Amino acid sequence: MDKLLYVAMSGAKQAFATQAVINHNVANASTTGFRTDLHAMASRPIWGAGFPTRVNPLLVGNEWDRSTGALQTTGRDLDVAIRGAGFIAVQGRDGTEAYTRAGDLQLDAEGRLVTASGHPVLGQQGPIVIPANTGIQIGGDGTISIVAQGQGPETVSAIDRIKLVRPDVDRLTKGVDGLLRLPDGEAADADADAQLATGSIEASNVNIAEAMIDMILVARHYETQVRMMDVANENAGAAQRLVAPAG
Amino acid sequence: MDTALWAAKTGLDAQHTRLTLISNNIANINTTGYKRGRVAFEDLLYQNVRQAGAQSSQQTELPSGLYLGTGVRVVATEKLFTQGSLEQTGNPLDVAITGRGFFQILLPDGSLAYTRDGGFQMNADGELVNSSGYQLQPGITLPGDALSVTIGRDGVVSVTQPGQTAPVQVGSLQLFDFVNATGLEPRGENLLVETASSGAPTSGTPGTNGLGILVQSSLETSNVNVVEELVGMIETQRAYEINSKAISTADEMLSYLTNSL
Repeated sequence: MDKLLYVAMSGAKQAFATQAVINHNVANASTTGFRTDLHAMASRPIWGAGFPTRVNPLLVGNEWDRSTGALQTTGRDLDVAIRGAGFIAVQGRDGTEAYTRAGDLQLDAEGRLVTASGHPVLGQQGPIVIPANTGIQIGGDGTISIVAQGQGPETVSAIDRIKLVRPDVDRLTKGVDGLLRLPDGEAADADADAQLATGSIEASNVNIAEAMIDMILVARHYETQVRMMDVANENAGAAQRLVAPAG
Repeated sequence: MDTALWAAKTGLDAQHTRLTLISNNIANINTTGYKRGRVAFEDLLYQNVRQAGAQSSQQTELPSGLYLGTGVRVVATEKLFTQGSLEQTGNPLDVAITGRGFFQILLPDGSLAYTRDGGFQMNADGELVNSSGYQLQPGITLPGDALSVTIGRDGVVSVTQPGQTAPVQVGSLQLFDFVNATGLEPRGENLLVETASSGAPTSGTPGTNGLGILVQSSLETSNVNVVEELVGMIETQRAYEINSKAISTADEMLSYLTNSL
């Protein structure tokens, strides 16, 4: 069979995988703090005897979009969004430090401050545990103050400060749990310049219009690849007719 | 089938759940003491198709890997306990809470529930009950010949009786607070019940220890904001549309393949 068929096939296969990336983004168009996954193709020439005429495409996709999502005001005490650059440090399921911009925080049964997906938020010394209180406030720099249970509002005390970091974004990669991490389990230092907007959350940064255009583009690209497979088939058919015994 | 179809399918599911929640909020726009709910989405686990940094040969390694996301899921529905506005009703047994706290209600099965709905009524025995007829705890019994009932900001209930000039105190309302009110489980009938995540209730006199105060002859309206819900509805609808478009695109790609080869 003509090698054209296989090059076209890998093109079609990678196009379909690209569609999966786009669909994942579209599915997460309303996920708080979600960062769009980017997709790109890399060329992989097939080296062998003679001139490398065949170049297979290869989908590369663990890059993410750095742009900021829109801020939505909710008025809830435990909702925080990051102003400008920066991330909230959380503890991943594997115990390592990871970063997110999803700031719809909650308290779990043990009184720990967790993200909506249940990852404990890190303070100055490990996960933040909130003691029993009758009022909780998160300041612009991440300082958490509470009114302890059984005391009046005149006894506000700061208990911890959310670890906000501003690592080099180009070194952050998305893990399988959707959280961002530095390479080799490295932990970033807390940055005093990172600012929170309390009572707001940051929406997903998925651009629906762009996703739509991408979707059309990929579909057409896919159709081209399938058409090439068809051409390979026609070529083979024509060759077969040439060598077929006359009559 | 392929991830492309399933990722979009999870998007449809999640948006549909969100619409259910929005409809419930809108349906309860006139429910006394109702707190609006919202959904929290989480991106589903990524498939590690090709590990970044893996060796592509003895000397070279792959510069970047490939992680394919598998969609989204609804991870939580949470209630937002922001204050609703107060509505004057003129009914002396209507009590609104401004600030933190819940009334405690005794359910027929003997367990306790909590509510912000202070639209109380009297039953045949003169006890204060909620609109479903469940008793308020600690119970308040009003004498049958009471001319007027006064409920103070601190929960003290006093009545005036015929032939007496001084009001008589018949009991006082208590408020109950939770460390994590979002963790309470909604039971319907405007009631919430304690869970492991909400923590145990602590009781107190209204107006002390950070608890709210009581306002007689008023009710707390629902904290649903119609505009916000409408915007949410539009957003949900558009997100739903784009997800179904994603499914049909993936479907067209597959059908093109089967039809043209």
